[in-house]
Amino acid sequence: MRAIVLVKVALQSILKNTLRSLLTMLGIIIGVGAVIVMVAVGLGAQQRIQQQIENLGTNMIVLTAGASTQGGVSQGAQSFNRLTVANADALRRESTLLVAISPVIVTGGHVQGGIGNWRTAIQGVAVDYQVIRDWATTSGSFFDATDVRVARKVAVIGATVAANLFPDQDPVGQEIQIRSVPFRIIGVLAPKGQTAGGSDQDDVVLAPYTTVQTRLAGRQFIPQILAATASPSDIPAAMEEITSIMREQHRLAAWEDNDFTVRNQADLAAAAQSTTEVMTLLLAAIASISLLVGGIGIMNIMLVSVTERTREIGIRLAIGARGSDVMTQFLVESTVMSLVGGAIGTAAGFAGARILGHFTGWNTAVSVPTVVLALAFSASVGIFFGFYPARRAASLDPIEALRYE
Amino acid sequence: MSDTAVIRTHALTKVYHMGSTEVRALRGIDLEVRRGEFVAVMGASGSGKSTLMNILGCLDVPTAGTYDLDGERVNGLDRNARAHIRNRKIGFVFQGFNLLGRTTAVENVELPLLYDRSGQKLHTRRLALEALERVGLSDRAHHQPSELSGGQQQRVAIARALVTRPALLLADEPTGNLDTRTSVEVMALFQDLNEQGITIVLVTHERDLARYTRRVVELRDGHIIRDTPVPERAVAAEDLRTIALDDEEAS
Repeated sequence: MRAIVLVKVALQSILKNTLRSLLTMLGIIIGVGAVIVMVAVGLGAQQRIQQQIENLGTNMIVLTAGASTQGGVSQGAQSFNRLTVANADALRRESTLLVAISPVIVTGGHVQGGIGNWRTAIQGVAVDYQVIRDWATTSGSFFDATDVRVARKVAVIGATVAANLFPDQDPVGQEIQIRSVPFRIIGVLAPKGQTAGGSDQDDVVLAPYTTVQTRLAGRQFIPQILAATASPSDIPAAMEEITSIMREQHRLAAWEDNDFTVRNQADLAAAAQSTTEVMTLLLAAIASISLLVGGIGIMNIMLVSVTERTREIGIRLAIGARGSDVMTQFLVESTVMSLVGGAIGTAAGFAGARILGHFTGWNTAVSVPTVVLALAFSASVGIFFGFYPARRAASLDPIEALRYE
Repeated sequence: MSDTAVIRTHALTKVYHMGSTEVRALRGIDLEVRRGEFVAVMGASGSGKSTLMNILGCLDVPTAGTYDLDGERVNGLDRNARAHIRNRKIGFVFQGFNLLGRTTAVENVELPLLYDRSGQKLHTRRLALEALERVGLSDRAHHQPSELSGGQQQRVAIARALVTRPALLLADEPTGNLDTRTSVEVMALFQDLNEQGITIVLVTHERDLARYTRRVVELRDGHIIRDTPVPERAVAAEDLRTIALDDEEAS
């Protein structure tokens, strides 16, 4: 009963000073709004990276030449490139857990055909590549084992290449020239979108690695071997298996370090994730400062308000309000203001995240825990920064307060 | 005996310390005010009447001496206990009205009931309206102080003082901010309330106003120098008729 009355008194006081209350809330509104937008941007980026990593193909293991440090950052990778097609064959032969293996030879070049030419990445891969990357074709089909064995000049092109060279027709059956070597297009890949790093996965031409090796790259060594397991739970064992097979292949003595790096999607994900987590934290920290400033704004206004309302406090004390009543009133006022400000800020944050996402094309995700946290934080800001002014109001001497002009 | 004494003080003293100097505002006040009395406390500034008023109103505590209010020993109570006593037993009427701005008359009157801790006063709005009716301001219940004349504001303040049915109405220069006619009106209201049995202590320095009370207590230098009944009590309602009517303030 008494609590309700005190809340009522506080609400009356807020409503009777609409402009002052709104200005006080503004700091909290901006603070909470900023926190929510910033965290939404950060979480959006995380989600997107997660999606893209899943997009790369599940259960995928990446074997690259050269040693690496932790965190997936390769050090001088491929400077001593010793991965060969023979290694890939050995893995296929000896491994028990890998269900798909494909060497990847990357080369760049101009592709000519259709309505013009297009600079893109040319990757020489095996048939398994389609399984590993879980990549369907929208038209035509992927090349088969025979194409690879006899090194046919066939290609499967990405959606971006298709759109640029053959905007108005089905590219399947058409011919393109890659560095003057004619290739017949036998398939178009389904669009996959951008990678975590922002490069276009669809801007690619896939051809049998045998063809790329003999006709385009002319190299014996291959930079990367991709492999896949049947299920994610097999990945750790499969990675160990790859390591032991490769050490044997490279005839490494027990004291020698690996001259290759085995990574899986989780490692890649972890590296990307930790980057965006830091970014999210940083954004949230910066936004929190504005929340803090908003809280100081509340304290400032409440202090001014205590001085301004000294006489009112004197009246209340004279007619029988206890110090605790006055204190509660002021605390409730500041808490209600920061909570309402927090609520408005949350709405503003939602809208802001949407608008930002709309105009920048960024992925934004407003999470419920963030909203709860922001609201809880704004309420505690109200209590924390309202406490000192409230205590000052409560400790006023009624005689002095009544005499105050 | 104690059931008829609203105020009984014995050897009430108050000493202020201002730096190294001691100011003895009250030097032993023995005062008894019985139920239904209408007492004027008079004195020049510096006589100690404000200090006495603050102590009688439980806003301040005496340095020494005892004070019984409505049969309860109240000297030496702590802040919260005094707040409770003020709420229950005392109605204040101040010189400057001291109403909350941007708050309607009835809300102002209701205010003491909101701080009532006995939890019995449930129909606060109805009680507030009744109090406004007693001072003849029912029609202004939903006006804010800024929309009321000085006399009307003071009557709202009196209604606020009455709403808790206090044992004592304590008025501190209640007509200080009012013109003569309105002052007499307020005194008429006090006389009327006193007729209904309400005990009133009026602190004033105007001898004209003291005529309307029943007893005058005069202070000087912290002592009571005179305590006399008013021989020929003036009736404010009658005086009002002799004052030229002002249409604006028709009551």
